[in-house]
Amino acid sequence: MPDLIEKTADVPAQGATEPKPEKPRSLGSDAWHDLRRRPIFVISALLILLLIVIAVAPSLFTSVDPRAGDLRNHFLTKPNYGHFFQPDWFGYDGQGRSIYARVLYGARASVVVGICVTLGTTILGGIIGMFAGYFGGWADAVLSRITDVFFGIPLLLGALVILNAFSTRTVWSVVFAMTALGWTQMARVMRGAVITVKQQDYVTAAKALGAGTGRIMLKHILPNALAPVIVVATIALGGYIALEATLSFLGIGLQDPTISWGIDINSAQKVIREAPFALFFPAGMLSITVLAFIMLGDAVRDALDPKLR
Amino acid sequence: MTTVTEKADSGERLAPGTPLLEVRDLHVEFVTRDGIAKAVNGVNYSVAAGETLAVLGESGSGKSVTAQTIMGILDMPPGRVTSGEILFRGQDMLKMSNEERRKIRGRKIAMIFQDALSSLNPVLSVGYQLGEMFRVHQGASRKEAKAKAIELMDRVRIPAAAQRVNDYPHQFSGGMRQRIMIAMALALEPDLIIADEPTTALDVTVQAQVMDLLAELQAEYNMGLILITHDLGVVADVADKIAVMYAGRIVETAPVHELYASPAHPYTKGLLRSIPRLDQKGQDLYAIKGLPPNLLKVPAGCAFNPRCDIATDLCRTEIPALHQVADKDGAELAGRRSACHLWKETLHG
Amino acid sequence: MAEPILEVRNLVKHYPLTQGVLFKKQIGAVKAVDGISFELHKGETLGIVGESGCGKSTLAKVLMNLERATAGEVLFKGEDISKLSGAALKAVRRNIQMVFQDPYTSLNPRMTVGDIIGEPFEIHPEVAPKGDRRKAVQDLLDVVGLNPEYINRYPHQFSGGQRQRIGIARGLALKPEIIICDEPVSALDVSVQAQVINLLEQLQGEFDLSYMFIAHDLSIVRHISDRVGVMYLGKMVEIGSDEQIYEHATHPYTQALLSAVPVPDPTGREGRERIILSGDIPSPANPPSGCRFRTRCWKAEERCSTELPLLAVPSLEGPAAHESACHFAAEREVEQSAA
Repeated sequence: MPDLIEKTADVPAQGATEPKPEKPRSLGSDAWHDLRRRPIFVISALLILLLIVIAVAPSLFTSVDPRAGDLRNHFLTKPNYGHFFQPDWFGYDGQGRSIYARVLYGARASVVVGICVTLGTTILGGIIGMFAGYFGGWADAVLSRITDVFFGIPLLLGALVILNAFSTRTVWSVVFAMTALGWTQMARVMRGAVITVKQQDYVTAAKALGAGTGRIMLKHILPNALAPVIVVATIALGGYIALEATLSFLGIGLQDPTISWGIDINSAQKVIREAPFALFFPAGMLSITVLAFIMLGDAVRDALDPKLR
Repeated sequence: MTTVTEKADSGERLAPGTPLLEVRDLHVEFVTRDGIAKAVNGVNYSVAAGETLAVLGESGSGKSVTAQTIMGILDMPPGRVTSGEILFRGQDMLKMSNEERRKIRGRKIAMIFQDALSSLNPVLSVGYQLGEMFRVHQGASRKEAKAKAIELMDRVRIPAAAQRVNDYPHQFSGGMRQRIMIAMALALEPDLIIADEPTTALDVTVQAQVMDLLAELQAEYNMGLILITHDLGVVADVADKIAVMYAGRIVETAPVHELYASPAHPYTKGLLRSIPRLDQKGQDLYAIKGLPPNLLKVPAGCAFNPRCDIATDLCRTEIPALHQVADKDGAELAGRRSACHLWKETLHG
Repeated sequence: MAEPILEVRNLVKHYPLTQGVLFKKQIGAVKAVDGISFELHKGETLGIVGESGCGKSTLAKVLMNLERATAGEVLFKGEDISKLSGAALKAVRRNIQMVFQDPYTSLNPRMTVGDIIGEPFEIHPEVAPKGDRRKAVQDLLDVVGLNPEYINRYPHQFSGGQRQRIGIARGLALKPEIIICDEPVSALDVSVQAQVINLLEQLQGEFDLSYMFIAHDLSIVRHISDRVGVMYLGKMVEIGSDEQIYEHATHPYTQALLSAVPVPDPTGREGRERIILSGDIPSPANPPSGCRFRTRCWKAEERCSTELPLLAVPSLEGPAAHESACHFAAEREVEQSAA
């Protein structure tokens, strides 16, 4: 019976709108294809990859214990720029600890806080934004007001208050405080994206087929609303790393013996005249890290932006 | 009612039939991330004062890109003009400075777009936007400009113009907004109007009003009109001559009656045949097979060959020239050209 | 005539206009569909024409139960489906499906063609057993004239016409009896429209489908429809066979609409007599009293502003005797050239 129908659309027209044959390209793989050709993406991705390797296994790059201070020999010794990958490459800090080793070990806290807070805010904010955007009406009114209330709390101030309640502060308490306050941005982005997507005809088509709320949310809305959330999350990740450093710098974030760039920047500022290098290296690493994530976010946005397709 | 304004510079209206605009062998391409898209591949057409040229084509045929290139509003990059001439009253606009082109745009050649709402500034009143033309180009005072704006709105038959002059674009209906666009295009009494799908976004009853108005004003001002559209009905109603475009080329030009009566290109013929006719009720419509071409990979030879019923090996290898069309006795038919190797068979067969 | 498969009785859809954020107060309503009745018979195509704002798309949504009717009944084989919910509604959805206007927004860009056409089977697993689904999807692709090997491709790899075929295949998957086509070809290139119209006609014969075909292109509607209904501002103003509507219209709005359609034939265009309506369509939030069309009608009299004309057969002879909602229903004097 299908033979009755002419295959009008199938005429193998040379050059008709046939993309490269038999290569199903999802939008995701299209974006990836596009990203690989962007130098900004390649540079930032390599930097971030390197950072993650350092965070996971800092001992690959140095054999020195970052917590071992040798006050006799190395107190505020200037860097020896010729000694690549040696303990004295970046010099020694006020307690005679290798700055090179501390910069490497400090990456772990930053990366863990950055990734965990981003995951936490994306999941929490994403769910709240999804429900507010999809259901609208009362649910939206209530959830959006709650979001506004949290959004009104200055992130730094709020984190100070929450973290003061902890007697000992670990990476996890910092993650908790930042997630509890930082999800509002994600909720707003997600809500906006969901409202746009839910008006699309394919959502109507799924409803017309009798699809339930769960299926519509997970299969139709979520995959299409995710792009802006991913972009904002990538850029925010850099911001969270900077915020962790700020909190640690203020003495309200991570505490010794945890190694953090923020703590080192704090101790270095007291000796900035004698040993500017002690400030320069952790601060420089922090800047490069934040910059890498922001560049990555920019590149991802360009690749995912449907207006440029 | 007086005419809107004296022309600021050249004064007199052109005599009917004076050549206005001639596009010669225009090539435009776009650089995309997947390669170079050849949007316009050697377009030639001309329009004279008082004449209506309809440029007929589907999406991707290059009809709008050609118009944007004439107006000088093509985004470059990604677009670029690789060769060709656009002669406006004998002068090549592509060789002019930006300053010279700006003087032509709006004053000599005006454009009407499909989407009137997005072409009007939502935060300025329509009276202000209409008056702006006179303030900027003719140095009119605010009061004069407003009076002229009301006069213009009257001319395009917006009811109660004096009361509505301070309204904002969203307060007008689609048809009224398109009238405002027409008023804006007419403001400086241009020699030529390019209308890009001016009624596509409008309902049929409103579309009829707007097309009537446009035709009437054109006759009154003796303007040239380039009407860009995909609608075979609108074309049949108002055009004097037609240029049919496909994949960035003109495939056929002809006076309107002759094109509909005896098309000389298989694409035109196919389009006309696919219009539902009364006697076809209950039968299949004629359908041009296949898909419009991808501009990144235009088929070799005649771009239409994969969809053509009569294509031969010649059509698959050699790009057809725009042949002069002649009748059975070999007498040339004025204004008729066809870019088909088999135009004789198509026309007479 | 075959028995009606779908009966619409006095259907109303009003969208409330509210003021205030927390304590909403209704200050009026957009009367998108305002008391419409018609029947759709088995195997026939009912064309619905009208301009933007006439309520034809809202009508489609209410029939699909995507919007709840404010009042009235939609009887599918005698059962009122407009108030169903839950499992009963889901079951009824199998019988009425829809083809959308814009093939670029009606397919989920993150799903493959196989997933899109196979989704109806996942929602209604009783239609096709799990093992047969891939085969069923490939059969559907074949039926709508696409290569079954395209099953793993994504929508953006297809042109507009091909996407519309995918949308049609999805609509066919549950073997519905009624398909509502909302402007199915208006977003397509002219040269591709005829292909899709032909496909819809072939499928109708093959699967014994009833179509409700909503469009603004009057010549396409005439080609495909057995009967045609004309809508204006939420009301059905005239309904009849294609010949009755196109050749013997008795409602002034239908006459104006038909005369305004550009005819793709330049012969005799100078002499063509055309009714140019003045003014715009009034807002459905504040429609005129009495006859909705009276503000633009050249026949309007006192009576039209006070008395709502009902859709009824006027006492006229021959093919002019079909339902028309006008106090002064009469054929136009000049023979109009049909679209």
